[in-house]
Order: sequence, then structure tokens, then C-alpha cells
Amino acid sequence: MSQPILQLKAINKSFGPVHVLHNVDLTVEKGKVTALVGDNGAGKSTLIKCIAGIYTPESGEFIFEGNNVEIDGPRAATSLGIEVVYQDLALCDNLDIVHNMFLGREKKRNKVLNEHEMESLARKTLDGLSVRTVKSIRQKVASLSGGQRQTVAIARSVLWNSKVVILDEPTAALGVAQTEQVLNLVKRLAENGLAVILISHNLNDVFEVADSIAALHLGRMAAQIDKSKIAPQQVIELITTGKSESAGVK
Amino acid sequence: MSTTQVSEAGTIKQAAQDYWAKVKTGDIGPLAAILGLVVLCIVFGSMSPVFLTQGNFANLLTQAAAVIVIAMGLVFVLLIGEIDLSAGYASGVCSAVLVILVTKKDQPWFVALAAAIVVGCVLGYLIGVLVARLGIPSFVVTLASFLAFQGILLLLAGEGGTIRIEDKTVLAIENSNLSVTASWIFYIVVSAIYFLAGLSRINSRRKAGLKTELKKLWLIKTLALIGASGLAVLTLNLERSNNPDLVSLKGIPYVVPLILAILIVGTFVLDRTAFGRHIYAVGGNAEAARRAGINVKRIRIACFMICSGLSAIAGLIFASRQNSVSPTTGGSSTLLYAVGAAVIGGTSLFGGKGKMRDAILGGLVVAVIDNGMGLLGYAAGIKFIVTGLVLLTSASVDAISRRGVANS
Ligand SMILES: Nc1ncnc2c1ncn2[C@@H]1O[C@H](COP(=O)(O)OP(=O)(O)OP(=O)(O)O)[C@@H](O)[C@H]1O
Ligand SMILES: [Mg+2]
Repeated sequence: MSQPILQLKAINKSFGPVHVLHNVDLTVEKGKVTALVGDNGAGKSTLIKCIAGIYTPESGEFIFEGNNVEIDGPRAATSLGIEVVYQDLALCDNLDIVHNMFLGREKKRNKVLNEHEMESLARKTLDGLSVRTVKSIRQKVASLSGGQRQTVAIARSVLWNSKVVILDEPTAALGVAQTEQVLNLVKRLAENGLAVILISHNLNDVFEVADSIAALHLGRMAAQIDKSKIAPQQVIELITTGKSESAGVK
Repeated sequence: MSTTQVSEAGTIKQAAQDYWAKVKTGDIGPLAAILGLVVLCIVFGSMSPVFLTQGNFANLLTQAAAVIVIAMGLVFVLLIGEIDLSAGYASGVCSAVLVILVTKKDQPWFVALAAAIVVGCVLGYLIGVLVARLGIPSFVVTLASFLAFQGILLLLAGEGGTIRIEDKTVLAIENSNLSVTASWIFYIVVSAIYFLAGLSRINSRRKAGLKTELKKLWLIKTLALIGASGLAVLTLNLERSNNPDLVSLKGIPYVVPLILAILIVGTFVLDRTAFGRHIYAVGGNAEAARRAGINVKRIRIACFMICSGLSAIAGLIFASRQNSVSPTTGGSSTLLYAVGAAVIGGTSLFGGKGKMRDAILGGLVVAVIDNGMGLLGYAAGIKFIVTGLVLLTSASVDAISRRGVANS
């Protein structure tokens, strides 16, 4: 097996007296979807915020493409190629799809926005992800459905030669059909060679797209197991109790 | 979508459907204000024999000018979802600075104007810092500065109350005109540039393989605008002096190219630069803008600075129009008319939506109501009530269209 693109070793993170993450390990591979599951408050969001550079853990190692790296801020994460799509979508309703995808990183020519380049690149990215549901990429994000918005947010994260894309509950607010669309998109990201970390409370979704499942329980990594080697019932045991005799986790 | 779709956006019918879809998302565009303007002109024109004369038309433009410029500054502040209630008195303070420097300190007009603009920007910076860094609501900060600026103006104008200005350049802005020939040359050059810029935009999008606006529709809109402004220039070039032998009055007032210049620069900044894009982003979703790496505080401060900086130019216009500065310069209904102008033109009070041209369209609507009702002999009270109702209507359209988006 190839070397993992990102490895976390013994990450510890506290907020004052509250010790939220205890010696957490995580392995993320290229072209694979790693699902991060756990009950409310297990520490999933905290963990990805550490990866995204929003929080700095007290101790622990980040190994990115074989090298020890320091992620001391959002910019450091971005420059490594780590992108996060947050739970609450960070889109501007009053701007169109192209503007949103390039927000904060606009393409310019002599200080003037290069709309042509941005529009072509946005088009290409959406085509590359086989997104066909949006009518015009010049339409305002306000007019999009929840699934389409999620699609735009995800497409934005892959625009930047990103290597690791982290999705925090991308299907939480979506209906059946739109969930399916977004899950297909998640699979396609992995097929395109990206490493995907997917946070989800929905085990159906997890089993549909994940290659590997990492279960957090009260801030400890209960286990990270290949999907093929575990059953939904055992994942539920891991989430609720932190162990599963039948899956060999004690 | 395949790349073979290099065409225009279908037919006129389809464009109309697209427009209707946009209206439903709350994006009415300039059509409402233009229609309102036309209706008002017809109504007042049929009721008053003076309203549609060349003299009154020029008068209307110079009357509206200061409010339009303040409204153009307010667009920046409204775009980020804030308000500046002190913009009117900021223009008064800047006007006083300008007049004092010219009249009492014998400075040339451009030095005085530069100083006035710097003062405006500093005032805006202070407001911006209080709003963006301390997080005080702009309503409160600018209400306080409204009072404070009024006080500063009172102190600057002094006990006597009025300081006259006799500088020729300053007075020319509102009181003199381009010559008839210069007016036509100005019109032809601006129209040609506008036409060619639009054409090259369409062609370059086509070359890049991107979907373009329907060319026919663009042509209709552009020619309509060029035609209408041609008519306006024609009217302005007619003699409008009561006594042409004594003093001839014709041509485009100097204030018109001044406003056009602000319009072009402002529109360029908003539409073509990353800074402008970030202003819209902050107004649309400040948190999203922050996460996208945009320095939201810096954008906020900059918008307040632009607003007060443009107020300084409005101060110049006031000084020119009144030949002086007084403790009421930029006061009374100025600020409310300016906010009304921006909103009537289509700028949203909720942030994230608006254009420079809104200030001009809305400013003309406000001026037409004021001017037309004045000619018909209505009392000031009635004018205020009608203007208030028009503003309320625009704000309702704004609010309802927003709710429409939220519900969809
Ligand atoms: N900024 C903070 N300050 C203090 N405690 C925090 C902070 N952020 C998170 N916590 C605590 O850390 C724990 C883990 O929170 P986290 O948001 O990571 O959980 P989660 O797994 O994402 O939960 P959910 O599924 O509800 O999103 C919780 O007990 C929470 O109260
Ligand atoms: Mg969470």
C-alpha cells in the first residue's frame, strides 16, 4: 500500500481545563474517502479544525506526504493543499457561482479581475466533477438548492490543486435525491485522486462512500478500520461505547 | 455543459424570461426607477408648463447633483449592510474646510478640495474604526457623528453663520456650462467609448468561448441610453437664459461630467476589482468573506472612508451652488434624500446589492419629485410626505424581494 498523504499521531487538544482530544491518530489516503464518525461532542469538528490550522494542538505530529509539518494557521493548511468545507456553508448569496468559487482568491490581470479565466476555470472544475445540475454558472447562489450550494462549496475546495478535502456533514440538511448527488460528488473527488475526510452522522452515507471508517468516542480514536472489515452494527457500538468485541476493538 | 455552447443567451423572449426569474430573486435592476422617472416626468410635464423646459431641466440636474454624490458614497456603506447618517453633515464640514481655505487662507481651489477630501476620509476612518473594530452599530456611531459634525460645522461657520466663496472654479461647477461645441464633443466621445467598451466586452467573451449577453438586447439598451442622453444634451444646448443678450446660458453644466467621472471610477472599482468584489461579499455574508481570507474590517473601514470622501465632493457642489457655506449646509433633508436616492435606485438596505448608477437614477427621482411638486405650488410638507412614501415603497420592494428569496 502507498504511503498515506496525511497522518496524525497522538494529537492532544484542550480548551482550558477541558481535554477534548486524547492521543488521536488518523490516517488519510489519496484517492480514498475516510469517514470520521462519532457522537455529538465526540470531537470531530475539533479534530478537523486542528487539521485546518484553526486550532493548534498541544502535542502530536502531522505527517504530510512523508514529512513532519507544522500547521500553525489556516494559511499553512491551505498552502499544503488542505481545504475544508464547513458545516454551515460559507457562500455569499448575492454573488454568482463563479464569484463564490474564487472568493478571496480572485484571478487578476493588471489588478483587474479576469472574469474570463475565472469563468472558464469554474466551468472546467464543475465539468471535471460531472456537475450538470446548475443551469448557468453566472446565476446567483441565492437561487440554488441546498444540494447545488453544497456542490458549489465542494467544487470551490477542489479548485486550488488541493490534495485533502475535508467535508463537515455535507449532507446534513439535504433530501434524498440531493444527498445522493452530493455523495456521488464525494466519490468522484476520491476517483480524481483526492484524499477526502467525510464527517457524517448518517451511517448509510458512510457505508455508501467511505473506504475507511474512523470512530471517535469521547475524544479518543476508538478505531480506524477498513469499511470491508466492519459492519454498521459494529460502528454503532464503537460510536456509543468506544469498543466492539465482535470487531476486535477492546 | 458542452463547450459547443458558445452562443448568445437565446432570444429576446428567453432574455425576458431570465429577467423575470431575476426579478423573482429580488433583482429588479434599474427598470423600476427608470419607469418611475418617465412616469413622473409625464405627470409633471402635463401639469406644469415649466417642468419640461430646458431651463428647468438644467436646474433639476444642478439641484440633484449634491444629493446624488452623497448617495453614491452611501452605496458603498449600504453595500456592506451598514448606514451612514452623518454623510450629509460630513459634506457640510468638508464644504466649510474648502470654503475657509479658499476664502480666509487664500489657498487655490485644488489644494482646498484635496484638504476637504482628506478631512472627509479621516472622518470616515474614525466612523469605520468605531464600527469595524469596536463593533458599535453604525446606526449609533453615525447618529453620534451626525450631531458632532453638525457641531463642527457650526463652529467652523462661526457666529456670523455664512462664509462666502468667490473662487471662479468652485462657482463654475454648479453655475457654468461646457460650450455647445464642447458639450457635443463630450457627448460623442463618451457615447463612443461606452458603445465600443460594450462591444469589446461581448466580443472578447465570445472569443473566450463564454456565453454572452444577447447582442440584440445589448444593442437596444445601449442605443436607448445613447439616444436618451443625446436628447438630454440637445435640450441642454438650447438657450435657457431669460435674457440671452445679457447673459447666455447653454450647454452641459460642469457638474455633469464630474458626476459621470465618479460614476465611472466607482463602477470600475465595484465591478472590476477584487476590492469591489470583496465589498459585495462582506455585505452578502461577512462570515463567508472572513473564511475566504478577506480582511472584513479593512473593507468596512474603507467603505466608510469612501462614503465620507465622496461627501467632501458633495461639499464642493454645495459651496458652488450656495456661493457660500452655512451651518445648514448638508443638513435638513440632504442625508434622507441621499439614502432615499440610493434605495429608490435599487440599492438594498440589507447589504450586498447595489450599484453606483442607482444613486443617479434614485437621485433624479427624488429631485424630480421635489422640483415638480415645487413648481405645482405644493407646500414643502407635501413634498416630504410624497418623497417619504416613494422611499417607503422602494424599501418595501427591497424587503419583500428579500423575503421572496428566503422563501424559495
Ligand atoms: N471552543 C471551544 N471551547 C471549549 N470547548 C469546546 C470548544 N469547541 C468544542 N468544545 C468542546 O469539545 C467537545 C467536542 O466538540 P466538537 O464540536 O469537536 O464535537 P463534534 O464531534 O463535532 O460534535 P457534533 O457532532 O455535535 O458536531 C465538546 O464537548 C465541546 O463542548
Ligand atoms: Mg461538529
